[in-house]
Amino acid sequence: MTTSTLAPAAVATDPAARTTPHVTLSAGLSQTFSLAWRALKTMQRNPEQLFDVIVQPLLFTAMFAYIFGGAISGSVADYLPLLIPGILAQTSLTACMATGVKLREDMDKGVFDRFKSLPIARTAPIAGPMVADLLRYFIAATLTFFTGILMGYRPGGGVWGVSGAILLVVVAGWSLAWIFAWLGTIARSATSVQGISMMIMFPLTFLSNAFVTVDTLPSWLQTFVKVNPVSHIVTAVRDLANNGTVGAEVGWALFACAVVIAIFAPLAVRRYSRSV
Amino acid sequence: MTQTQELISSRPPAGSRLAVHTEDLVKTFGETRAVDNICLDVAEGEIFGVLGPNGAGKTTVLRMLATLLDIDSGVAQIFGVDVARSPHVVRQLIGLTGQYASVDEGLTALENLRLFGRLQGLSRAQARSTADDLLTQFALEEAANKPLAKFSGGMRRRLDLAASLITRPPLIFLDEPTTGLDPRTRGQMWTTIRSLVADGATVLLTTQYLDEADQLADRIAVIDHGRTVAEGTPDELKSSVGVSTLQLDVASAVQGAEAARVIEAVLGTEVHLAPEQGRITVPLPAADKAGDVLVALRAASISVASLQVSKPSLDEVFLALTGSGVPDEQNDPTSSTVQETH
Repeated sequence: MTTSTLAPAAVATDPAARTTPHVTLSAGLSQTFSLAWRALKTMQRNPEQLFDVIVQPLLFTAMFAYIFGGAISGSVADYLPLLIPGILAQTSLTACMATGVKLREDMDKGVFDRFKSLPIARTAPIAGPMVADLLRYFIAATLTFFTGILMGYRPGGGVWGVSGAILLVVVAGWSLAWIFAWLGTIARSATSVQGISMMIMFPLTFLSNAFVTVDTLPSWLQTFVKVNPVSHIVTAVRDLANNGTVGAEVGWALFACAVVIAIFAPLAVRRYSRSV
Repeated sequence: MTQTQELISSRPPAGSRLAVHTEDLVKTFGETRAVDNICLDVAEGEIFGVLGPNGAGKTTVLRMLATLLDIDSGVAQIFGVDVARSPHVVRQLIGLTGQYASVDEGLTALENLRLFGRLQGLSRAQARSTADDLLTQFALEEAANKPLAKFSGGMRRRLDLAASLITRPPLIFLDEPTTGLDPRTRGQMWTTIRSLVADGATVLLTTQYLDEADQLADRIAVIDHGRTVAEGTPDELKSSVGVSTLQLDVASAVQGAEAARVIEAVLGTEVHLAPEQGRITVPLPAADKAGDVLVALRAASISVASLQVSKPSLDEVFLALTGSGVPDEQNDPTSSTVQETH
């Protein structure tokens, strides 16, 4: 081992004089993308991490359509325009559940100590993997439409409507993932993140208009369903995919996403930078 | 033992800039004071060793200085920058190599170094060339693209250290850099650490091994139960313990006290006697003094059952510094660096 290539570190000048007081925004973004690259490499080497976003759209779309189609809409074909946007929201929520679990596992590794001791933006180690997860939401959303179309779903919104719907689901998945990232930073183990996430995921998806129309629900439940961000996302996706229209619901969905980020991103980052 | 407190006189050379300065550093976990009023001064260009057993608080001190743990009370400065107030600035001045590999297990060695280079603001090309240089320098170029799972313990440590050196930080923290390494790899690591300092860096390392601190450090702080037990140069520390330790069992335990007197007369140092086994432990200024002891014992007609001369271990350092491990009566809140032994 030779170390002759190391030039002397500054001895004569004050080392503290060469530092910068803050992380600039562009540096923070570049660090986030570097860490997204790391997460993508990890996915590439562990393709089983994509198992949920590949199998769930296929399985759940077929299962829900054949079981509930007749009962809810009279036929499977009539149920698909209602169901597909609902399944989309459900799969993207399940996909972002994994964000919290993975973050918790990651934080227990020694490499996170190094991330923390580096002069990088505190958000980067959390936001980086989440940027990589955009790929997961994209796979989940595309496969759900693909399965639906195989089963006879013909989205009235056409290519543009469907593309818009996929984009919206990807954005929504990324936003809601901050809730689970925060859970990842507060929970003690990956298993407990999984457990808590399930308890959040199920009410959020089922107490929404994802699988049934709202007017079939008792009125007290309707109140919750109407404010549930998942309902707004589902309605917005229906508008886009079935009619090709960008309705007010798209605005509400994006607003709900922004609110979720504004609350949970600071919570997650603060908790992460304090965690031992 | 009364000589231990004088040991603490050693300070960094006057006029030199301090790389690390702490005053009454405290970290509490629940009821335990893991770090209890630690005061350290490390001069620029020094290798400073923090020596102590498992659970002494060494790693906690390092983690506080490296901005990984909040400081409960006290002051910590890195090159004059307050750690609690300006963590981002401090992070630009330090490199940390942890006790457990702080590299990504899922990436190759090359990918790890490039990632850390990019994170610290190097361009793609700079990150690539720095990674290549470091891999060559740490004799890892053949393993550059192998998965980390196939790395030996020594290779992992080297990669870990390489990852801390990407931006050539002026201060490097090494948390037990050679724990678990075989002797040959350990020697290589020591050479590397020395060359870092030759290149102008300051090193603060923790270790459980007295010989490691002795080999590497310009000055040593011995800590236990979160407190500084002694601080000094390796020579100062060793002279309190002796170069080696003589352990001797007297054939009949009743002669133990008499044997102790004889040995004290020969060596002029206080001996430790466990009367029930007739076992005597005493620091030796030089290993060949054991011969003088045996001659004197034969002259006094005391027969010896067994005899062992060994290098002082950390246990013996503690024994010598504190009388018996680290006693509770040292919890005197008024003394910080200077510990009185009773």
